[in-house]
Amino acid sequence: MLGRILHLLIKEFLQLRRDKSARFRLLIPPIVQMVLFGYAATFEVFNVSTVILDQDRSQESRALEDAFLRSSRFALAAPARRVADVRDAVEASDAQLGIVIPAGFAELLRKGQTAPLQVLVDGTNSNSALIALGYVGQIAGDFGQTYAQNLAERTGRLQGKPIVSVEVAERYWYNPNLNSRWFFVPGVIGTLTLITIVNLTAFAIVREREVGTLEQILVTPIRPFEFIIGKTLPFFLIGLLEVSIVAGVGMAWFRVPFRGNPLVLLLGTCLFLFATLAIGLLISTICRTQQQAFSSNFFVLNPMFILSGFSFPIASMPPVLQWLTYVDPLRYYLVIIRATFLKGVGLEALWPQMLALAAIAAVLLAAAVLRFRKSLD
Amino acid sequence: MTPSAPIVEAREVSKRFGALVAVDRLSFAVPPGEIFGLVGPDGAGKTTTMRMLAGVMRPDGGQIVADGVDVLAHPEQAKRHISYMPQRFGLYEDLTVDENIRFYADLFDVPRDVRETRAAAMLAASDMLPFRKRLAGQLSGGMKQKLGLTCALVHTPKVVLLDEPTTGVDPLSRREFWQILYGLRAEGVALVISTAYLDEAERCDRLALLHGGRMVHCDTPAGLKARMPGAMLEVVSPEPRRARDALAGQPGVRGVLLIGIGLHVHVDAAGRSAGIAAALAAAGVPVSEIAEVAPSIEDLFVALLDNAETPA
Repeated sequence: MLGRILHLLIKEFLQLRRDKSARFRLLIPPIVQMVLFGYAATFEVFNVSTVILDQDRSQESRALEDAFLRSSRFALAAPARRVADVRDAVEASDAQLGIVIPAGFAELLRKGQTAPLQVLVDGTNSNSALIALGYVGQIAGDFGQTYAQNLAERTGRLQGKPIVSVEVAERYWYNPNLNSRWFFVPGVIGTLTLITIVNLTAFAIVREREVGTLEQILVTPIRPFEFIIGKTLPFFLIGLLEVSIVAGVGMAWFRVPFRGNPLVLLLGTCLFLFATLAIGLLISTICRTQQQAFSSNFFVLNPMFILSGFSFPIASMPPVLQWLTYVDPLRYYLVIIRATFLKGVGLEALWPQMLALAAIAAVLLAAAVLRFRKSLD
Repeated sequence: MTPSAPIVEAREVSKRFGALVAVDRLSFAVPPGEIFGLVGPDGAGKTTTMRMLAGVMRPDGGQIVADGVDVLAHPEQAKRHISYMPQRFGLYEDLTVDENIRFYADLFDVPRDVRETRAAAMLAASDMLPFRKRLAGQLSGGMKQKLGLTCALVHTPKVVLLDEPTTGVDPLSRREFWQILYGLRAEGVALVISTAYLDEAERCDRLALLHGGRMVHCDTPAGLKARMPGAMLEVVSPEPRRARDALAGQPGVRGVLLIGIGLHVHVDAAGRSAGIAAALAAAGVPVSEIAEVAPSIEDLFVALLDNAETPA
């Protein structure tokens, strides 16, 4: 029995050794994607193209404009002389943000009153629009507070009635600088592994079915479970290698800290790989051709990605979708991988995720093996 | 035909796909050293029968025994002695000739030295020795099929199942292929072959005529020919299509088959040639010769299936 599994393994690696493009596909795209994700996948907003129309032309309005531009959050896209210019720039997508400082702005401030500021945002990308708007509020608020303080000091109103303010002392744990790269890089490891391993497994088995070698193997004395082990073990090993490489790139290049126990991550990775191998195997049992496998993979992997909490918070999803996330192995693996990387916690905190992953993997594997046996008829 | 104990036997084997009955209570037994042919039109159940014999498809009913082992109860054990060669043998095109042979030999636990001698002998017999290091994907169609046969036979099976193995293979390779099959027969291997080529059917020791999943006839080629009712007339004519039209509906004519030089006319009894000649003359079809001939397998096939469909 072990012999036949070994023969399959040898054959599999022989084919891999001969297939230059397969080796390339295994190594280069994950690294490239890791680097791309590391740089491109970020929630932070910089250099929002902005149009500012200053109708007040006062010292105060120029100071506020300066505060916006100095923050590096906003970049001046085009000059504006009229309100129409601002509207046109946003409509033509020349600018995402339009700020209008109305006439009389400084006068109101000097009287110690609230001065309005008109902001026009292109909400097409709601996420970055909200974030940009947040910065506008923050900068304008800071400006207002400083101005009020200066005004109070100058006019001597401070004696007697001090300005009351609440100060929030913020401390972010695990990722003190709120570096979104730290959040994404571990997630990318899980996502890339999922996509690579499901694809590899499904394609490898469907290819054998397509060219007729599957049937040829099955007329030999090999047992179905021997075939399954011999066929999935190589991808399990490749999966471990891939996680190590991508994690290595993330740590070496993006300086993401690894604070936990590597063995805990290894355990989680093994459970996760079992689940992904089972998904690949399941897909291979319903597909006759590699083309079908391609579209099925797309159909399965995209929802898994969206429901995993990779970038969209699960807590904000409608209840039905939240329930669905419970059967998504990527959901648990992302928790495990982020927690071992950033929080440094161990099994004492991660056992629920480990159990869930193990249960999902067991159910999927059992279903895959049963379906695979049936699909042979 | 030897009366020795069969080495592969199907007993009342049935298989249905939904409402379709692909194989219907099929029974036959093949002794060692016999080439047993399955012939029949597409959809007759040939491939389904082959796959059930090979143990890759479970029948819905019946029993299959290979070399004394129940294939359904102990498939892994039975498969050791069976070889299955489908229309297109599953080769790994990115592995070399040698690597393919080695892989299939390993799956059958063939010892290394046995593999080496057997592979060398078989490759030599099929003129494949110079190509051992070539990738299977770079072989010609005929060479691929010969490599497939080598892989399929490397474990010295007692039962060889061949499902239309020479479809799309050039005539020269086909002849070599049959030389190998005759060699196996001489070694005492039981061979079951399905074929769409009726000249190949003629080479079998016994033939089973399948239609709609059922065995219509089973006999030696000569025995089957003797079963054919009536007689066969060969009409040599430069205008066979006009001749066919002229003969349609003539008394005593059961069927007409176009052949290269004219027609084969199946008539209900000997002595119809005068009537046929008269009918053709009346229609003005030029005819150079009308003679009674021994039926070919193809004639037989058409006549027997016609009979099976419309039982008199």
